[in-house]
Amino acid sequence: MHSGLALRCDCRWLDRVVQALLWLLAALVCGVFCWLLFDIVIEGGAGLSWSFLSQLPEDAGRAGGIVSILVATLAVLVVCLSVALPIGLGTAIWLAEYSDHLTVARWVRSSLQLLAGVPSIVIGLFGYAFFCRALGFGYSLLAGGLTLACMVLPLLVGALEAGLRAVPESLRQGAAALGLSQAGTLLHLLLPAAAPALIAGLILSVGRALAETAALLFTSGYVTRMPESLADSGRVLSVHIFDLTMNVAGGDHYAYTTALVLLGLLCAINALAKLAVGVLFNGNARRNEQVFSQ
Amino acid sequence: MICNDKLFANRFVLFVRLLTMVLLGVFLASCSSERNKANHLQITGSSTMAPLLTEMAKAFEQRHPHARIDVQTGGSSRGVVDTRTGLADIGMASRALKPQERDLKAHTIARDGIAIIVHRNNPITGLSRAQVQAIYRGEQRHWQHVGGKDTAINVVSKAEGRSTLELFLDYFELRSSDIKAQTIIGDNEQGIKTVAGNPNAIGYVSIGTAQYSVEQGVAIKLLATSGVIPSSEAVRNGTFPLSRPLNLVTVKEPQGLAAQFIAFTRLATNEPLIEQQYFVPLAH
Amino acid sequence: MYRSRIDRLLQTALPLLALLAAVIVLMILWFLWFESWPFIASGDLFNSNTWHPSENQYNLWPMVLGTLVTAFGAVVLAAPLGLGAALFCRFYAPQPLARIYRWILELMAGIPSVVYGFWGLVVLVPMIARWQGPGTSILAGILVLTLMILPTASLLAEAALEKTPEHWITGAYALGLNRWVMVRHLAIPHAYGGLLNALLLQAARALGETMAVLMVCGNIAVLPSSLFDPVRTLSANIALEMAYALDTHRAALYFSGLLLLLTVLLLVLGAGRLRQEYKHA
Repeated sequence: MHSGLALRCDCRWLDRVVQALLWLLAALVCGVFCWLLFDIVIEGGAGLSWSFLSQLPEDAGRAGGIVSILVATLAVLVVCLSVALPIGLGTAIWLAEYSDHLTVARWVRSSLQLLAGVPSIVIGLFGYAFFCRALGFGYSLLAGGLTLACMVLPLLVGALEAGLRAVPESLRQGAAALGLSQAGTLLHLLLPAAAPALIAGLILSVGRALAETAALLFTSGYVTRMPESLADSGRVLSVHIFDLTMNVAGGDHYAYTTALVLLGLLCAINALAKLAVGVLFNGNARRNEQVFSQ
Repeated sequence: MICNDKLFANRFVLFVRLLTMVLLGVFLASCSSERNKANHLQITGSSTMAPLLTEMAKAFEQRHPHARIDVQTGGSSRGVVDTRTGLADIGMASRALKPQERDLKAHTIARDGIAIIVHRNNPITGLSRAQVQAIYRGEQRHWQHVGGKDTAINVVSKAEGRSTLELFLDYFELRSSDIKAQTIIGDNEQGIKTVAGNPNAIGYVSIGTAQYSVEQGVAIKLLATSGVIPSSEAVRNGTFPLSRPLNLVTVKEPQGLAAQFIAFTRLATNEPLIEQQYFVPLAH
Repeated sequence: MYRSRIDRLLQTALPLLALLAAVIVLMILWFLWFESWPFIASGDLFNSNTWHPSENQYNLWPMVLGTLVTAFGAVVLAAPLGLGAALFCRFYAPQPLARIYRWILELMAGIPSVVYGFWGLVVLVPMIARWQGPGTSILAGILVLTLMILPTASLLAEAALEKTPEHWITGAYALGLNRWVMVRHLAIPHAYGGLLNALLLQAARALGETMAVLMVCGNIAVLPSSLFDPVRTLSANIALEMAYALDTHRAALYFSGLLLLLTVLLLVLGAGRLRQEYKHA
């Protein structure tokens, strides 16, 4: 696989060059992102306060707070994940463990990759036509969550399937030798071992879900009232940012603050995801590695 | 922890049953929320009017606690179509009704004017009608020929289908395919930010938002067109030609909650709400 | 194998879930086809020179080109940057720094496209305008798209590199190979599948990105002649005009969505072919 050249040349200097280049690159990327983050924090930090997080929007969003929008966002996220996780988990397990000999598996995988490439606005239009009109949910948090689930499914399945495939075969063989059922193998060995991949997939999905604007504008809607049930329409954080920057004069200031809140929410959910999956699975995973990697 | 497969299987099936019941319960509960037709209004349409209608709906709901008024965006044409098909009770249209829409009823609640804006550092103060036409047709490419600096003009126009564009084309007697622009924008704020970021840009946006932005120190200024200085007062008393009505559209004479709401929007006490969104209240 | 009740349950439930996942994109395809049929049937696609729906002109080619150019440019920029960031995180950075860097990338992956677009409009576009031309241009679009797909691409690439078998790395060091040689000849080839997958997913995302390009690309539906010319992409076109479109115009917009999807399909199939080749490497 690699030529003998690698063994013959004393390429220490090459490693140094690459190292310098990569540090430079990292600094550049970091620099640009910090610039963006800095802008958001500077412009939005002033408006951030407890009252901002606990009041309803006033004056088309230029005063008051975003509590109803936060609630709507969380509701949509919960619906999205509670639909996408079972389907995504099931699909990934099926693709990784059960279906290698089937040609239909390749079609399923390709169709998920295709789904990943559907423009967000097309998913929004589809979500409106299917969930809001055909299924009769109307402009609602439920429709929004279901539409988002369609968007994050490829990310979840991709991450999880890769994680499951990376689990060494020795684990499965050992389990089979001990007479463990497939379900047991999955629950006690494979899923714990793939837990980091699950976290990665979850984090990417939540990130993508929170960042979505067009799809949710057409499905969960524009209403700023505090939603009373999943059938109510509600505005999510990204739609609010969009409205404040593009549609409402003088809304820039609170748009930045809302963006800051969104980033904070993302951080919190990421930390929670790492904690939850770590607590649920890590004890098992570490124990299994010690037993099976002999 | 789960000790053996049989136990796991039983618990799994139980979990699935519980989950189904919970989801069903949630769904049924959500169906019986305040979703009564008699006290619920669905309003869709122009994104320009949506912030204003949201505030009016909120004010109305404070007076009538059981009413639920949902405002959604989707564009003026969508508002008209949804009203016609019954998907919405009231449509928002930021333009006059087209000839093929004359069978619907329009209730004007405010007016909005269009001003031509340039960057604050641009030395010119006004343009004649012919100059504007030449600039937007691409015949006039440099600012120096109309009294400005020696730089290329960066023309900003609106996307097709927008009522602002249609009004602009109508007034300056241009066709959509005549316009040679360098940037096309969607909403007003995008236009303002684009012009404020480019010293050579020229564009047109709603008067109210332009005036407000100038007050806030955004780097734009309004131009006089054919000698007329754009202002909300001029729009209010009808002397400014580049203006459009903001309409609420219904299929026939509104009844019940819809009638109450439309009457509410026209109360003089709501004029501050209209002005807060930088539109022009109707002259009474 | 021991067939317990739960195993049988899984054997039936899992394929059903997978089929449900697969069926979604088929429904979307059918929906697009159904909505765009009036436009295809009318034949307006082939006898138009420009895009002016109010005058029945429906030439999509400038927008197809705009989409391809901005997405391709973004992928070309993001691929080396993303790989570099992933290599940095995995092999070249001290652990605490790598953790912070990964955290920043995760944060960036969650910023809404409107925020990127807005920032591009008020920061990048004026900068480019000072250099040349209107500012809203292909260049602005490529830069903003790169910013958007870089974090997820890096994270996915890093996940792929992380799966390099530990004993390969230790074996390489034991043989006296230095870090760069190990990375170039062992880690990256092992991760080709995952890297390609990451690139593919992000290329698909770049093709479909709507809000950000809407704000910074200028939205002029004519063939561009330089990097500084404005351009309109298919998805921005849908977002700009869908709200105000009726009848044939609306069907034409759905058709452009279908075109986008077919482009992504070609991309997916092509990448699948590439992956088959690398499996034998």
